[in-house]
Amino acid sequence: MGIEAALPHDSIMTTQFNRVVNWARRSSVWPLPFATACCGIELMATACSRFDLARFGAEVMRFSPRQADLLIVAGRIGIKSLPVLQRIYMQMAEPKWVISMGACASTGGVFDTYAVVQGVDQFIPVDVYVPGCPPRPEMLIEGIMAIQRIIDNDNIPKDQDGKRLPLNIAVQPNFEPSAQPVDVSIGAT
Amino acid sequence: MTRKPVLEHPTLAVIKKAFPDAGLKATEFREMTTVVIPREKIHEVARYLHDSPDCDYDFLADVVGIDYMGYPVEQPGRFAVSYVLASGKHGLRITLKTYVDPSVDTSGIDFDPELEVDSITDIWPGAEWPEREVYDMFGIRFKNHPDLRRILLWRDFPAHPLRKDYPLRGRGEREHYQTLNRESR
Ligand code: SF4
Repeated sequence: MGIEAALPHDSIMTTQFNRVVNWARRSSVWPLPFATACCGIELMATACSRFDLARFGAEVMRFSPRQADLLIVAGRIGIKSLPVLQRIYMQMAEPKWVISMGACASTGGVFDTYAVVQGVDQFIPVDVYVPGCPPRPEMLIEGIMAIQRIIDNDNIPKDQDGKRLPLNIAVQPNFEPSAQPVDVSIGAT
Repeated sequence: MTRKPVLEHPTLAVIKKAFPDAGLKATEFREMTTVVIPREKIHEVARYLHDSPDCDYDFLADVVGIDYMGYPVEQPGRFAVSYVLASGKHGLRITLKTYVDPSVDTSGIDFDPELEVDSITDIWPGAEWPEREVYDMFGIRFKNHPDLRRILLWRDFPAHPLRKDYPLRGRGEREHYQTLNRESR
């Protein structure tokens, strides 16, 4: 049920054109899964019914860069596959966004060797980094929500000085950790 | 405690008889027997092990390269190539090994006549890719190989990275590449 349910059926809404466009874009982010390693498994789990990426309009995985808006780099990128990644990025139509998923794509992770790129952001622009090894599907969903926020705001929101404002979507923990250490109470009541 | 190698592999007697002056040596570790063969003889011995009905090693399990730089025990050469063979008929496994010593600086990719071993692809065609891998990673070339190109790295990679004198993080290969920005077309 959207806003139309609350309105009389013959009414008119006015809005800004780019808001409608952004609404359409952010509700149908079609990802291209560039899954090269274990993070790709978690990416698949995200698309499956338990986590259901379809709730965010991003369930249509497109293996053709021409049809995708969001490049999800999931896994380590060797220097040999980097040119492929760059070519795929170039082939995507504007507007396009990039998520770097996992420690490997963002920093090289534990693979600090001659053959692994130490962070794809050295070579292609990255919008959102999703940390973790691998990130839980919730994390990736949060990354996609960050992309949606970026789309809504026509980019990352900035204050008057041009400084980036936080997107304020981080999920806060809903529990209070108890104080530690506690007294050893074995045998006592 | 030192343990004497137990050299009772049935193939040893056979090849000792067939190649009395080839300078073969043998080692054993945990019931795995290795025959150390001079570089010039490796093709001949491999051919014999494959063809002779007493040996009948019909399966080549792997070809691997080894770099012994900094190895705690003195070795007859800097690099070695190992061939792991198996015989389905006799239920046996044996490893052949040949040592090679480089004659030019090992930091580059220049051709080194000392680091060249006869290819055994004509005996076991399955050796083609493992030999390419040994060439790619160690720079040991195989004479008469049908298609000796790098298999994992790309053609212009400036080193052989499994050599121990190659730094783990490379010599800048992973940093030097074109960068795309949001305006790139
Ligand atoms: S970040 Fe972890 S899970 Fe993801 S590709 Fe790297 S090693 Fe695999």
